[in-house]
Amino acid sequence: MNFNELKIKEIHEGLVKKEFSAKEIARKFLENIERKDKNICSFLTITENMAISQAEEVDQMIASKKEIPLLAGVPLAVKDNILVEGEKLTCASKILKNYIAPYSATCIEKLKEQKSVILGKTNLDEFAMGASTENSGFFPTKNPYDLKMVPGGSSGGSAAAVASGFCCFALGSDTGGSIRQPASFCGVVGLKPTYGAVSRRGLVAFASSLDQIGPIAKTAEDVAIVFEAISGKDELDSTSVEKNVLSLRDISRRETSFKFQVSSLRIGIPKEYFIEGIDKEVEKIIKNAIKNIEELGAKIKEISLPYTKYAVPVYYIVCTSEASSNLARYDGIKYGSKKGEKSENLFDVYLNTRAEGFGKEVKRRIMLGTYALSSGYYDAFYLKAQKIRTFIKQDFEKAFESVDAIFCPVSPHTAFKLGEKISDPLSMYLEDIFTVSANLAGLPAVSVPVGFSKGLPVGLQIIGNYFEENKILEIAKIYDKIKK
Amino acid sequence: MINKKEVQHIAKLARLGLSLKEEESFRKDLSEILDYFKIIQPLDTSKIEPTFHPTENFLLEKGNIFRQDKENKKSSELSEKLIELAPEKKEGYIKVKTVLKEYEF
Repeated sequence: MNFNELKIKEIHEGLVKKEFSAKEIARKFLENIERKDKNICSFLTITENMAISQAEEVDQMIASKKEIPLLAGVPLAVKDNILVEGEKLTCASKILKNYIAPYSATCIEKLKEQKSVILGKTNLDEFAMGASTENSGFFPTKNPYDLKMVPGGSSGGSAAAVASGFCCFALGSDTGGSIRQPASFCGVVGLKPTYGAVSRRGLVAFASSLDQIGPIAKTAEDVAIVFEAISGKDELDSTSVEKNVLSLRDISRRETSFKFQVSSLRIGIPKEYFIEGIDKEVEKIIKNAIKNIEELGAKIKEISLPYTKYAVPVYYIVCTSEASSNLARYDGIKYGSKKGEKSENLFDVYLNTRAEGFGKEVKRRIMLGTYALSSGYYDAFYLKAQKIRTFIKQDFEKAFESVDAIFCPVSPHTAFKLGEKISDPLSMYLEDIFTVSANLAGLPAVSVPVGFSKGLPVGLQIIGNYFEENKILEIAKIYDKIKK
Repeated sequence: MINKKEVQHIAKLARLGLSLKEEESFRKDLSEILDYFKIIQPLDTSKIEPTFHPTENFLLEKGNIFRQDKENKKSSELSEKLIELAPEKKEGYIKVKTVLKEYEF
């Protein structure tokens, strides 16, 4: 049995039929990480004790003939910006290198209730700021398909861990593409839910109006199972939304208990996403994936999202502004090391703690955001960007009047070389060109592997209407079955 | 283009200590990035409202959301844990350097 290829339902059936125990599975995954993660570097912390005791609980339930939830005993990895009580929480930043999470994120509480087994915490770009995981304050993660390449970012550790078979699924966070782009680069499925679908409580804040937690797994079916488990209203996140919000709000325009039929699907292809600069082979693979669904009966329609070219500057103004405010708390008083002793006064405590604790990209973004929010520039940068954000949102609202989903690439190319873009921040920002719009508009989007170019995976992005994760995941499931 | 003085001013607002080398490299990076951001300037935004919260329309309860002003027993355990995580503390309080100076007469 190749345990590391097992899907959620296969693990569940194996446990129920007693083909293996939860502890056995957990041990095998942990051994595999121990043996092979030296090359990939996807984990920052292994939570072995917790994993084994969670697995033992599941085995006891099975032994006493209790029914177990679908995710019980299923091993997962968690991006290290999501809190797991009693375990280290670093955000891949030196400023939090000794921080122990005092409580668990709501999504973790939900998975613990399901008795899932947490194997460890995965690497990321420091505070989720980056597109390659090279900005980790500790070490870069490698792409499992080619160790010279980046896994994408910022959830690079989670995507690489799933692709390497180190866990059955993983949690990531997506502020401007941080789940979808690494999923695309590592050949796995990654979902960024609608803003508000999953509680952000216990996710370390980067840009609060854009951040969302989401699942990464080998198949769309598994991603759908995890999304179902972690989504819903949480009193402790006032931006979170009820699960059945569409029927509660009586949005009759959209089917609330929709029956999925490929032949009734209308797929929009935004012409602004097939531009010069996109790799020819990537374009061919994406167009082929569109042909696949057309052959199954879906109607393909060209659409226009005219404000697309403003998405990257608008995104970087909004996210750096929110980040500069969110990261003000890392000041050496509540967080940080004992640098205060060396400093003469309170102001120096701030300066020294932050100078030593933050890496270059985090400092760069705090500087940009502080500039955009500072007196004299607020209207021209921050407020202007938030207004153009409305135009971008309206582009999508108009498009969804005539289509069910939008298909486009996740990234203009496949994984790039480690070191290739790290010294050119602007070219790294432009990496996010196809992913940031979904965050600005708050829409759900999934990345699905649809082929390979020169041995590296290519992801198709499927963007859906608000709270229609089920629909885009049903579409994504079609690609689970199509051979790459 | 932004100059060195502006970089120092922003760094001070952001409470970031920067080395001379960082000051110069951020001057260059920020100039390049802010220059790129300028493509948004010509757009007419006089008649459009900003979007601060993209899915606000889907919340059943609008505006600010309040909770009952009641004591939460769990929160006192949590606050102990949180204080324990601070770099310097004393008798259940977080220790901070002197904020207020003594009056000099």
